[in-house]
Amino acid sequence: MSATADITIVGAGIVGAACAAACAQAGLNVVVVDRGPVGGGTTAAGMGHLVVMDDSPAQFALTAYSRRLWRELAPQLPSNVEFDPCGTLWVAADEEEMAEVRRKEAFYREHGVKVEVLDEAALAQAEPNLRAGLAGGLVVTEDAVLYPPGAARFLLETAPAGRVQVRTGIEVNAISRDGTVRLRDGTRLAAAVVVNAAGCDSPLLTPDLPVRKRKGHLVITERHPGFVRHQIVELGYLKSAHAVAADSVAFNIQPRKTGQMLIGSSRQFNANSTEINQPILDRMVRRALEYLPTLGQLTAIRCWTGHRAATPDKLPLIGPSLDCERVWLATGHEGLGITTSLGTGKLLADLLLKRPTEIPAWPYSPERLAHGDAPHG
Amino acid sequence: MTSHAFEVVVVGAGPAGIAAACTVADAGRPVALVDNSPWLGGQIWRGEEANPVQRAARQWLKRAAAARVTIFREASVFTVSLPQRLLVETPAGAVELGWQRLVIATGARERFVPFPGWTLPGVVGPGGLQALVKAGWPIAGKRVVVAGSGPLLLAVADGLKHRGAHIRLIAEQAPSSRVLQFGFALGRHPAKLAQGLRLKARLLGVPYRCGCWPVRASGDEAARQVTLTDGRRTWTETCDYLACAFGLAPNLELPRLLGCRLADGFVQVNEFQETSVKDVFCAGEPTGIAGADAALVAGCIAGFAAIGNPGQARALFGARARWQRFGRALRDAFAMRPELRRLAEAETVVCRCEDVRRGELERHDNWRAAKLHTRCGMGNCQGRVCGDAANFLFGWTNDSVRPPLLPVRVTSLLSPVADVNQNPTPPAGNQP
Ligand SMILES: Cc1cc2nc3c(=O)[nH]c(=O)nc-3n(C[C@H](O)[C@H](O)[C@H](O)COP(=O)(O)OP(=O)(O)OC[C@H]3O[C@@H](n4cnc5c(N)ncnc54)[C@H](O)[C@@H]3O)c2cc1C
Ligand SMILES: Cc1cc2nc3c(=O)[nH]c(=O)nc-3n(C[C@H](O)[C@H](O)[C@H](O)COP(=O)(O)OP(=O)(O)OC[C@H]3O[C@@H](n4cnc5c(N)ncnc54)[C@H](O)[C@@H]3O)c2cc1C
Repeated sequence: MSATADITIVGAGIVGAACAAACAQAGLNVVVVDRGPVGGGTTAAGMGHLVVMDDSPAQFALTAYSRRLWRELAPQLPSNVEFDPCGTLWVAADEEEMAEVRRKEAFYREHGVKVEVLDEAALAQAEPNLRAGLAGGLVVTEDAVLYPPGAARFLLETAPAGRVQVRTGIEVNAISRDGTVRLRDGTRLAAAVVVNAAGCDSPLLTPDLPVRKRKGHLVITERHPGFVRHQIVELGYLKSAHAVAADSVAFNIQPRKTGQMLIGSSRQFNANSTEINQPILDRMVRRALEYLPTLGQLTAIRCWTGHRAATPDKLPLIGPSLDCERVWLATGHEGLGITTSLGTGKLLADLLLKRPTEIPAWPYSPERLAHGDAPHG
Repeated sequence: MTSHAFEVVVVGAGPAGIAAACTVADAGRPVALVDNSPWLGGQIWRGEEANPVQRAARQWLKRAAAARVTIFREASVFTVSLPQRLLVETPAGAVELGWQRLVIATGARERFVPFPGWTLPGVVGPGGLQALVKAGWPIAGKRVVVAGSGPLLLAVADGLKHRGAHIRLIAEQAPSSRVLQFGFALGRHPAKLAQGLRLKARLLGVPYRCGCWPVRASGDEAARQVTLTDGRRTWTETCDYLACAFGLAPNLELPRLLGCRLADGFVQVNEFQETSVKDVFCAGEPTGIAGADAALVAGCIAGFAAIGNPGQARALFGARARWQRFGRALRDAFAMRPELRRLAEAETVVCRCEDVRRGELERHDNWRAAKLHTRCGMGNCQGRVCGDAANFLFGWTNDSVRPPLLPVRVTSLLSPVADVNQNPTPPAGNQP
């Protein structure tokens, strides 16, 4: 029984790790508990793309804030975190999508995000393996890629000395309203505040959370360095990510520092198994081949799946839970949790200590979804 | 992509798979035999199809050639597309095979134990070197140290010597008392005994030492010296090749992907060789390392059971029990000595694909944590080599298997579009 901790964090994924690091930085003592290894949940399954997104003002605020924090941290990241400032290339297939490129360009420039517009010829030069005839693209130059489990471990291991204790291989059975957690072996951990950062399994510990599993598939290849140079995402991705009802796929490819290509991605609700779904994999690979015809000749070595923790309005839950001020939430990061982890950690620590936050925190407060009137797909 | 459907699909064309496929075909039932090599025969009968030497191999391969078995060569089963469908990559593209009963006969691979220098060029698996030499690799006049564990060492040394290699030493890690006991156990298996004696006779003049093992291989570009020990004394042999492996590890990727239950590191089967998954049978090394004769009997039993002929399967239970006793004697005689766990130093590479050293692994306490944080097992072999090594060194199990089971072209991941062909014509390339 450890009564010395100020905070118990359930979950050593990227979000739990970022919360622990920020709390420790703020002078709090933290215990982090995870049933598996550090970064072994969805954090081990995602792409690790650090990306500014603008589906909504709140999403933009959190991703831009977080990406700034990642870039500040970048010089300290060890090589196993595989940080690679390769930028994002949004590809426009046709003139309609080119219009979206120009809208995005204007919005990003206005908000100080560095971008560069590519026409058809410039696109072909930037990424020679893309098929001919694409309309153009937008490069977001300061976006980056990293290896999420390595980043989670880095955040925990470099927290101020002695302030973070990590306990892996221990399952939490329950979180009580008095701020204690009950472990599988029956023992309890007490702290002033418990943070539920259990990712897509967070509703098992805090009932009635509006968080659902949204499954994704990925394929990784052998080393083919230089096959693509940016993280490339189709602009049609926006349509896919927005579709809450149907299963969807979108072309998304990431060059890893190892020279491997990581191919994504798919989105499915009501698919809670971890198995590969062949029809979805088929659609996803076909979509990628439409953009990169020679990708088919590369060698695939592993396919896997992961589950995103999705909320109805696609924004995370950061702050005290509705029914108990000693139980806090840091979950629901859907497909952006690697990016938004650092912003989440800072917001959580500032809110806990009642300090001013650097960006408004209310768009992410669990309270916003209290009335259950948000769309639930 | 084309689709074919068979009553029985057999994966792996070693003795177990050949026996199963012939058993099914002889009963007039449609059967496919799939193997990733160009030749039938698996590890032990490699090369026999082109150039038969061993009697049993000749008999079975002849039987397989005469039987109505649809053979898929250079065909790697890499995933399950739907229940009762396998996807197979062939030189002509991916093929889908439908089955009503499946026989897994995927055999075993050599088990490597890391020691300083084991990744140098010139350090090879005995089975691997044998295969190379059968394929024409020049070995005449080369000095070879054969080391590790198991009866395979003798067989390989014999084959290499036959082709003109100078076998400097066969170093068996098991103590001679154990190996001798195994010799007595062989007494109950006359065929094996004769085989063993013939081998010994031909190897006359080659030192076969029990109770010693390699501790280091060294050389600038390639291994030129091997340092060995018997626990008290340490000495060095010069060589061109060190052929070293410590017995066999079962190929469990396909049964794992299908969800077959394992026990003690092998696929659990009932008396009819059926796994915990209905209609999925398993025979040969994935169910226990007991050699080719055991595999043949188990393959026949699986074949009979797969076509609903329990009577004929039962008739073979006695023979199987004898070979299972042989398997147990083998396991006891060649049990690995604990000293081998300490050969690898902190700087010794354990995962060759991703260049991960022992010291990095030791900071973790299970396979998954080590994999996520060091990339051990994330490379092309997906932990086939380092997973077995980590299992031996640290007791970790690599229980994660994901498609593709072997590296395949990205296009092979696409689903088949053609209709299932119910009356398959054998694909081209049935004959080598
Ligand atoms: C296919 C895919 C692609 C993605 N791509 C990107 C991307 O490019 N960029 C990006 O920013 N994001 C991406 N994401 C999203 C990102 O991976 C997640 O948002 C992020 O990993 C969430 O982190 P987390 O810490 O909340 O969850 P997790 O990493 O799942 O951590 C939760 C932890 O809690 C532990 N836990 C749960 N229950 C218990 C319990 N009862 N007791 C003890 N421990 C428990 C789990 O073991 C786990 O380690 C992607 C996701 C997927 C699926
Ligand atoms: C950016 C990035 C790059 C990567 N690159 C590579 C690469 O190059 N090569 C590669 O091979 N992989 C790579 N990986 C993937 C990684 O190895 C895993 O494949 C990834 O974690 C996906 O998980 P999985 O489903 O395959 O999980 P696995 O690694 O299979 O792990 C699942 C684990 O969970 C356990 N488990 C399953 N169900 C339960 C349960 N109900 N309760 C408790 N435990 C359970 C299993 O026993 C197993 O240990 C990469 C991952 C990332 C994020």
